[in-house]
Parts: sequence; C-alpha cells; structure tokens
Amino acid sequence: MEYFLELFFGGLTRGSIYALIALGYTMVYGIIELINFAHGEIYMIGAFTGLIVAGVLGALGFPGSAILVFAIVAAVIYSAAYGFTIEKIAYRPLRGAARLSPLISAIGMSIFLQNYVMLAQTSDFLPFPSLLPELGFVKHFKGILGSSDFIIIVTTIVVCVALTLFIKYTKMGKAMRATAQNRTMAQLVGVSVDTVISVTFIIGSSLAAVGGVLIASHIGQINYYIGFIAGLKAFTAAVLGGIGSIPGAMLGGLVLGLTEAFATGYVSSDYEDVFAFALLVLILIFRPSGIMGKEKIQKV
Amino acid sequence: MSNVTKADTGASQNPVAFFLTAGCESFAESLRKSVLASLWFIFLTFPIMVIKVDTINKTIDWRWMNMAYIGIGTFVLSFVWRWALARKELTKEESTRENISEKMLDRISSNSYAKYGFLALFAAAAVVFPHAVGMYQTNIMISCLIYIVLGLGLNMVVGIAGLLHLGYVAFYAVGAYSYALLNMHYGIGFWTALPIGALFGVVFAVLLGLPVLRLRGDYLAIVTLGFGEIVRLVLENWGDVTMGPSGISGIDRPGFFGVKFGVMDSITYAYYIMLGLLIFTIFVINRLQNSRLGRALLALREDEIASQAMGIDRTKAKLLAFALGSCWAGLAGVVFAAKTTFINPASFTFWESAIVLSVVVIGGMGSIRGVIAGAVILVLMPEYLRAFSEFRMLVFGATMVLVMVFRPQGLISAKRKIYTYVKGKSATNE
Repeated sequence: MEYFLELFFGGLTRGSIYALIALGYTMVYGIIELINFAHGEIYMIGAFTGLIVAGVLGALGFPGSAILVFAIVAAVIYSAAYGFTIEKIAYRPLRGAARLSPLISAIGMSIFLQNYVMLAQTSDFLPFPSLLPELGFVKHFKGILGSSDFIIIVTTIVVCVALTLFIKYTKMGKAMRATAQNRTMAQLVGVSVDTVISVTFIIGSSLAAVGGVLIASHIGQINYYIGFIAGLKAFTAAVLGGIGSIPGAMLGGLVLGLTEAFATGYVSSDYEDVFAFALLVLILIFRPSGIMGKEKIQKV
Repeated sequence: MSNVTKADTGASQNPVAFFLTAGCESFAESLRKSVLASLWFIFLTFPIMVIKVDTINKTIDWRWMNMAYIGIGTFVLSFVWRWALARKELTKEESTRENISEKMLDRISSNSYAKYGFLALFAAAAVVFPHAVGMYQTNIMISCLIYIVLGLGLNMVVGIAGLLHLGYVAFYAVGAYSYALLNMHYGIGFWTALPIGALFGVVFAVLLGLPVLRLRGDYLAIVTLGFGEIVRLVLENWGDVTMGPSGISGIDRPGFFGVKFGVMDSITYAYYIMLGLLIFTIFVINRLQNSRLGRALLALREDEIASQAMGIDRTKAKLLAFALGSCWAGLAGVVFAAKTTFINPASFTFWESAIVLSVVVIGGMGSIRGVIAGAVILVLMPEYLRAFSEFRMLVFGATMVLVMVFRPQGLISAKRKIYTYVKGKSATNE
C-alpha cells in the first residue's frame, strides 16, 4: 500500500509538471491551431533563467526562500518574453499560410533555441540548487510524499484554478474564448486578435517557466536538451485530454503522469515512454478527440 | 504591413532609401524601431548570453562582450528583417506566380533539346561524381541521395495525400533493422533484403495505418510521432533481439553476384545503387502522381467530403499512400544499413523525421524537383558548414524559420497539371 501511494504521489508530481506545460500547448492550439514545437524550449529557457538567477543570488548570499521567489519571477518574465518574441518572429508572418509552414517554422525555432542555449551556456548537465523549502508537516508522510512533491502539486492546483478563473471571468479571458471559437467573428466584434494571441503565448510560456523551475529544483539538474522530451510528453498530455481544452490538458497531464509512474513501478522503467505513447495511441483510436475534447463536425 | 503604399513609393525611388525606411514612415522611425529591437534583444539574451554561473563553486562569469555583439547584430538585422518583410509584401502578387529560378526551369523543360541536354549533363555528372571526388564526398552524397529518396517517399504521404506524418523515421528504422537482423542471424544478403525491407515497411505501415488513418490532421501527426518514438524505444530496450543502444555492427556491404568489394569500391558501388534507386523512385512517383490514385489523393487533400461524394474510397486511398511512402523508407533503410555497416537506435530519433519533413516542406510540397532541391540544401548545408562546426545547427534552425517566413510555399512549388478539353478529341494535357 505504501509503495502504491509513493508511486501515486510521484505520478501526481510528474503529471502536474506535464499539465503546466500542456496548458501552453493547448491554449496556443486552441487559438491558432499550431503545434508550438518551441514550447518545450521555452520551458527549458525558464529552467535555465531560474538557474542563472539562483546562481547569482546565491553567490551574493541571499536567503533560500528569497532566491526561490526571485528565480521563479525571473523565469516567468523571461519565458514570457521569449514566447512573445518567438510568436512575433516565427509565427505571425505566417498567419494564413498553409498549415505545415508554421509547424516547420516551429521545429526550426526549436532547433535554434536548443543550440543557442547549448552554445551560450554548456552542453553538460548543470546541477540545479534545491530551492524548494522543507516543510515540517510533510515529515509525517515520510517515504510517500516529499516536500517538493507537495509544493509542486499545490502550486499546480493554484495555477490551474487561477487560470480557469482568468479565462472564465476576465475580459481578456472572454476575448480568448471568442478567438478560439471563431477568429474572424471575434475580429468583427472588436476583439484585437493579435493582442489575444500574444497574451496566449505569454501566459502559456509563463506556466511552462513555473513548471521548469519547480521540476529542475526537484530533480536537481538541467541541460539544454530537457525541453524536447518534456515538450513531447506535455503535448501528448494535451492531446490525451483533448487539445484545445484547458481542463483536458490538466487531466491529460495527470493521467499521463500516473500511467508512467505505475508502469515504471510495477512493470519496467525501460518502457516508461512506450507506455505513455501507447496510451496515447489507444485513447486516440477509441476516443479520437481526447478525453475532454469535443467532437468537431466537419462541414463542406 | 499597414503602410505598404509608403513603402511602395520608396521602392520605386531608391533601393538604399527603401532599405533604410522599409515598413516605416521615415528614417527616424526606422532608426527608433531598430534601437528598440536591439534593446529588447539585449534584455532577452542577457541572462543566457552574458551570465554563466557555477553553482558548486559559487562563481559568476560575466561576458559583457556578448551583450555588445547582440546589440549591434540585432540593430543591423532588424533593418534587414523589415526590408525583407516589406519586399515580400510588395511582391506578394508576383510570388504567387513564379520566381526566376522556376521560370528558368520552365523554359528549360518546355524546350525539349535543352531539357534532354540538361538531363544528359546531370546524368554524366552523377555518373562521374564518385570518381572525380574523394571517398568522403561520395559518402556525403550517398546520405544526400538517401534523404532525397526519403523525402520523395514522405512527399507521397505529406505533399500529395496531405497526411501529416511525424514518425516517418520509424519505417526507415524498420528497413534498416530488418536487413541488419536478417544479415546477422541468417546471413541474408543485401539484394534479398532489399525487397524484404520494403515489405516490412509496408506491413508496419498498414498495421499502423488501419486504426489511425481515420484521425484528423494534427491527431494523426501526434500518433505517428508517438509511433516513431515507440519503435525507437523498443529498439533501444529490447536488448535480446536488437542488441539495445549499442546497435548492430559488422553488417555486410552490398555484393555484386558474389563479388565482394574493398571499402573504397563498395562505397562507390553503394553510390550507384542509391542513384539507381533514386531514378526508380522518381520514375514511379512521377507516374503515380498523375495516375488515378495520385489524382484521388490530391482530391482528398483538397476536400475529403467532396471527394468521397465523388466515389473515392478514402481509407483505401490513404492507406495506399501511407504504405507506398513507407515502402520507400524501408528501401532507404536497407541501403543505409548496408552503407554504414553499423546501426543503432540513435540514428532514428524524432529529429530525423523532422529533417525529412523539412526537406519536403522547404523544397516545396508535392514537387519532385522541390524535394531534390530541399534535400540537397538541408543535407549538404550542415556538411559544408562544418567550418562553423558548432554553429551549424544554429544556422540550420534559423534557415528553416527564415525559409518558412519568406517563402512558405517552399523553394520550388508544385504545379498542377492542367487538362484541356478539345471538342471531338480525347483530353490532352499540357
């Protein structure tokens, strides 16, 4: 039972991070129908910014909790800035082009950013300082739930609730939903579509940055390549939940995280990724639009 | 651009003035924009380019020179960027027609003397190539030919049938591994393995295609991507059969009726095999494009419902395209295994699929000449950019973005065949 719970919470932690990244994919896809391959790289840049800020502040002798706050804030600001700039350079000039063009542009951007970070920083694994504080009461769950697991899960819940409220009740959220439904109509009723798309990229990138700093601090090391596999998994999670649907991305992340955790724990750790993708293939075959996705009727 | 008219007058006046004020009201505004862009990129690249921390020894390395490079570089590039965007906007109507290189190609292919002259020239160059240059160059050219064949195969699936396939490399791996394993266990030779590899490619494609081909565009993309990863991971982890991450070495090079060649000759031989395979591929795909199946696929790509209403069997047509595309991946895989004599799962990552897809899209979807041009650029560019060794992938990524931004239809766009109807005669095409 204890082993089961340990796996369960491990899966939740992992799933939370997938969910945080998947939200960015799903929001962007919902609005401009683009698989933003560079999103994983934004998460990686978030983690690197966190590491650099933590390193500088650590050398200056700041206390641990202040470092954590500053690292997350800086990572969010920078990732958001990168997301905004990438959209402007690589996707905006391609609005209205054939569907594959922005996808190739995104793959190119992804290669570019990986190599940019590799050249400017290093290709080795860098140790990431453990920034997350030890919580007293978590000790009772020793062996099942670690402090950092608890913090990651709670942060994700808070972020997801905040995002849901933002989309539901603010004016910008309403504009985003309108744009996702029908871009032309939204434009006709006075929604500034360009602004909405930029805001979508900024929010998605910020979430990825939060995920990046949290997981890097939890695992303890990063390199320039972490964005690729995390991005792939998160995209899988987004599709699993039904791409374009925000609660779907959260659910998809959790389902994926739990599947991987149990597959690793009970079957074999070698085939962890195989299970993830096999689950995706199966769900898509039996429920082609994902768990929470709406079936789209195709019209002539 | 909102102020095209202004830029328009600029273009007719003076190219230098146009360059300096492209997309802007005045030079001052242009300057302001560039300074802002430069400041923005200095901010953006500040932590990653300037600071390098060592968290163990708690030391920080400040590299202020990088900041200066970024500032100046962005300032200049932002002018180029606006100029290129404004130019693209100006030539929008023209670019839907053809650019100069396409016009040249057209003129050549419309004149049969010039056409055959050029073809003969190409053929002669291709035949002489391995003797004129060294082994190293021949090897690179073999990879290039493999990518052309892969690109043409994927072009069937993506360009003609419009199915977004991100796991193409899985079938390439299936071909390569089927030869490697058959050769290792049963000593089966290259020529026997070639059709078997292709067959395995087809079988896997049908197995995957049957359930997933009814998925729409992007879902299909992610499922094929997932399939590609599954194949790679199984190859990596199923150590008893596939020898795991260390791969299979000592695969036989292709023989010629029992004759075995030395290393140098066998590379030349592999080059000719690949050349022959390429010509065969071009021939088949060229015929296929205008066949009943090819036209059915084009129709499906444009509008599924309408073409189903016209009596096209959607699943069958798509499955055929999928299987045919994978067949070529299998063939290319066998040649790849025979050429390198060593394969391991690391050769079949998602990036390979991404690069083959880029070959198709950058070259121009649905166009054979385009795919050839795309493969030549994308494969030879990183090779010859080795001078900048560490920057080559950076340049590669940037090139992909730039080509898409400034020429989204690809380098050489496909032209649809036009059929004309003359009364009293059967349809002729021109």
